[in-house]
Amino acid sequence: MPVEVILPKVDMDMATGKIAKWHVKEGDAVKKGALLFEIETDKASMEIDASSDGIIRNITAVEGAIVPVGQAVAMIYQDGETVSASIAAQPLPPVKPITPAPRPDAEQPAVIPAASASGRFPATPLARRLARESGIALESIAGSGPRGRIAAIDVRGALARPAVPQREGTDLISVDGMRRTIAQRLTLSKQTIPHFYLTVNCDLTRLSEIRERLNAHAPRDAQKLPVWKLSINDFIIKAMASALNQVSDANVIWADEGILKHHSCDVGVAVAVKGGLFTPVVRAAETKSLSQISKEMRDLAGRARARKLLPAEYQGGTTTISNLGMYGIEQFTAIINPPHATILAVGAGIERFIPIKGQPVLRTQMTCTLSCDHRAVDGAVGAQLLAAFRTFIEEPALMLA
Amino acid sequence: MAKPVAIMKGDPASNQRPFYAQFTPEQLKEALRRMCLIRRFEEGAEEAYMRGLIHGTMHLSIGQEASAVGATMALRKTDYITSTHRGHGHCIGKGADPKLMFAEFFGKEEGYCRGRGGSMHIADVESGNLGANGIVAGGIPIAVGAALAIKKQKRDDVALCFFGDGATNEGAFHEALNMASIWKLPVIFVCENNKYGMSVSTERSMAVANVADRASAYNMPGVIADGNRIEDVAEAVLTAIARAREGQGPTLVECKTYRTRGHSRSDRNRYRTKEEIEEWKLRDPIGHFETELVANGIATADEVAGIFAAADAEIAAGIEFARNGTDPTPDEVTRDVYTPGIQA
Amino acid sequence: MNAPIRELTYAQAIQEALATAMEADERIFLMGEDIGVYGGAFQVTGDLVHRFGEDRVMDTPISELGAAGIAVGAALAGSRPILEFQFSDFATLAMEQIVNQAAKMRFMLGGKVSVPLVMRFPSGSGTGAAAQHSQSLEAWLAHVPGLKVVQPSTPHDAKGLLLAAIDDPDPVMVFEHKLLYKMKGEVPEEAYRIPIGKAVVRREGRHVTIVATSIMVHRALEAAEVLAGEGIEAEVIDLRTLRPLDTATIIESVKKTTRLACVYEGVKTLGIGAEISALIAESEAFDYLDAPILRLGGVDSPIPYNPTLEKAAVPQTPGIIEQVRNLAKGRI
Repeated sequence: MPVEVILPKVDMDMATGKIAKWHVKEGDAVKKGALLFEIETDKASMEIDASSDGIIRNITAVEGAIVPVGQAVAMIYQDGETVSASIAAQPLPPVKPITPAPRPDAEQPAVIPAASASGRFPATPLARRLARESGIALESIAGSGPRGRIAAIDVRGALARPAVPQREGTDLISVDGMRRTIAQRLTLSKQTIPHFYLTVNCDLTRLSEIRERLNAHAPRDAQKLPVWKLSINDFIIKAMASALNQVSDANVIWADEGILKHHSCDVGVAVAVKGGLFTPVVRAAETKSLSQISKEMRDLAGRARARKLLPAEYQGGTTTISNLGMYGIEQFTAIINPPHATILAVGAGIERFIPIKGQPVLRTQMTCTLSCDHRAVDGAVGAQLLAAFRTFIEEPALMLA
Repeated sequence: MAKPVAIMKGDPASNQRPFYAQFTPEQLKEALRRMCLIRRFEEGAEEAYMRGLIHGTMHLSIGQEASAVGATMALRKTDYITSTHRGHGHCIGKGADPKLMFAEFFGKEEGYCRGRGGSMHIADVESGNLGANGIVAGGIPIAVGAALAIKKQKRDDVALCFFGDGATNEGAFHEALNMASIWKLPVIFVCENNKYGMSVSTERSMAVANVADRASAYNMPGVIADGNRIEDVAEAVLTAIARAREGQGPTLVECKTYRTRGHSRSDRNRYRTKEEIEEWKLRDPIGHFETELVANGIATADEVAGIFAAADAEIAAGIEFARNGTDPTPDEVTRDVYTPGIQA
Repeated sequence: MNAPIRELTYAQAIQEALATAMEADERIFLMGEDIGVYGGAFQVTGDLVHRFGEDRVMDTPISELGAAGIAVGAALAGSRPILEFQFSDFATLAMEQIVNQAAKMRFMLGGKVSVPLVMRFPSGSGTGAAAQHSQSLEAWLAHVPGLKVVQPSTPHDAKGLLLAAIDDPDPVMVFEHKLLYKMKGEVPEEAYRIPIGKAVVRREGRHVTIVATSIMVHRALEAAEVLAGEGIEAEVIDLRTLRPLDTATIIESVKKTTRLACVYEGVKTLGIGAEISALIAESEAFDYLDAPILRLGGVDSPIPYNPTLEKAAVPQTPGIIEQVRNLAKGRI
């Protein structure tokens, strides 16, 4: 009688085993005690030996197969035994690899991540309040209730333990509302807005002259301080507004109802604050003088850093200007601030040699990259806008016309 | 078997009806005054309604003044009445002040119900008027209950219950009459049979020819009176009141009458003929009574004219009073649902 | 207070309340079907007719509508009637006078009158009386502004609530569960009143609030006892009054336990549990809720005759245990 080689139960609560490696093949002669195959278990591999001498035949489980405990995976034929015709004739049913049944765990609640595709987090009113009061975001908590609902116990659990296991060499920075909002909005922006990018180099020669002259001639106030001190950024804001005024098709936002063209050119300006950034908006910038813009920006930026801006002051507008030039950044692409149609990334003024009439001339250039939302602004319109902007930067006097 | 009704005795010497022997000339003129007041009141209410000054609807009793006044003229202030949705006449008969009634119709705080009840719920419980009722037959068991309380409190007051022909087909009518009878309660049931429920005539809706025929089912006297003659109504009711005060139990008095206006302001009168209406107008109860008073020398034509004029003036003043009344404010919408001081 | 405490049945407690009230106030009288020598269908009035006479313990014909109207009229004219309905189901026959007249008189008359009557209703299922004699209609009447509705759950409360109801100048509807009439409990001898509109916490607990009425209070307490053995502490509130509802007590409890179950015999759909759920969801307790609000009420069917089905039609203790356990464990 051929002897069955079964997959033995080797661990206490083992129901199946995975054949990790065969050490014999069909037709090999084995002695009792010889290594036949290895089982992979939760703990470590287990070597399975032959229980008698003979020839290995009818290997029915391949490497990697998962087999129920007690099932035959091969036969050992004694010397002289032949594979019985009936056995040989029958095609052995292939051992179906079995996906292991989930470990039954009646008392432990199934922990399902609560966030669904729409970004809603089912949570009890108490859980919401506890989360709100302790500044922990619901989306960072897994809910143990039905349908993944977050209950108070989940919030308390999340508060009791760190959000990620403490890794050596790291500090956990807790994330506040503003950072979360920025994270959410910009992720949404990058994921849903079809960005395209246009780049120009703007020659700062004339702008610098004019800026110097305007600042030198600033009247003095009662404290003998200059009434204005214009920055390059002030010019950039006005130039962008003027450009939007000229290329009004770019002064738009994308809305559910369609493309909304704004009447006035409201320009957002990114202001870095501790822990994030704000983009206060200069309204109708095309109608304001440089000194007005300058004064307004000073006030808005100051209050932004103090986190004292009103929502009305940082909502709205059709574009944002983001200037990293002060860090020496030559060029970068910015992510559109929804629902704006564009964002202008402004780099530092860099001295370069450029060819003018065949001769190398040293000029200071500022590289600006315009990101556009292709739904609202086509290539040509974006290009026109950027071209107009460049013109206003390179010939600031045009902004007086 | 009902006991025979005691017949009111008139004055054999003057061959007068008991009605004229029972009441003094002042009381008779007061009765005419009240009838005029009711008539003018109803007309005034109708006009105010047509001008859009009155919310909701109105159920006018023009043509039924004799039954209202005839039934109430013998009542004391401590006697009770319950009334129907067509109850303006009953209210005035029981002594209600027309200006406070108008104020109620105009929804003002000065109204009898402080503007909360309207035409169908006018009441003045302290004067024994337990109120008009918006539910047909709603007031019948209530009147019996008042009579029960009277008996328990060992008072010799009575409760007089007004209702129409339609109400006698409601279950409440039958239950109430049955209990009034078995307990021999001091209640007078006065049915103003004006031949129609809303649009369905008594011929089509009532199994018996007269409402009074139903009295025998409850072992009480059933009396038919000409509802357009005040003397008929008053005599029948006086007999019933005497019976009740003597502890002999209830009586059912049926006043055959007619309403010349529709059921309510929205009634198109499709269910009766113009001829019928005109015929009954000729039997106008006020016209009849003023003629009788003058003929019997109880009032002069001048006095009668004066009574009408006074009624006109009082109604006009009442409407004016009501128009200038105080409107309740929305924040008071739940006032008086419960008695204050008790957790509500 | 040295008044001896002794045990009476719920029915006896009611009788004692009626006798006490009638002795103290001549205006009070009883009306009902078979309440005289027969002693009342549930033997509540017992021998009152012998003590107070037929004038004050009046047998009426089978005329619920008429009797209810007479009660209204008598109350308006200075008497204080207490009307017994033989079964709460028969309230349907008297609805016109209860809802259109008794409830509304005071309001329609601008606050110039009140209607100081009491109506008593033997209510509920479990006696095999089947669909037309087993209903719990208290929510219907609690829906009507102008009425007050109480549901005493113990003999002690039956006496105290009834005395309060009799004192009340407004119409009070008293719903007595039939299965409670024979229940015994401590009842003080002296007259006392339990305020209408105040619930009582029968058992304190930290994990889940159970608001119950009438006989369900007892089933909820049984369930709470079993659950306590599993480490789940249920707080059981006996509502006592349906209108006006004591929301403050419920809110305080829910803020403590964060979980709420309502257990009542009336049909679950559009019943008192629906009102409590909505009130809590609208209240400050909303931000303390850590689970949906559970309602255990009667099923959407008339009460069946067959005893197994009859039991299955309303909440029973095992079901309450299971559902409240699920609620406490966050499984709902």
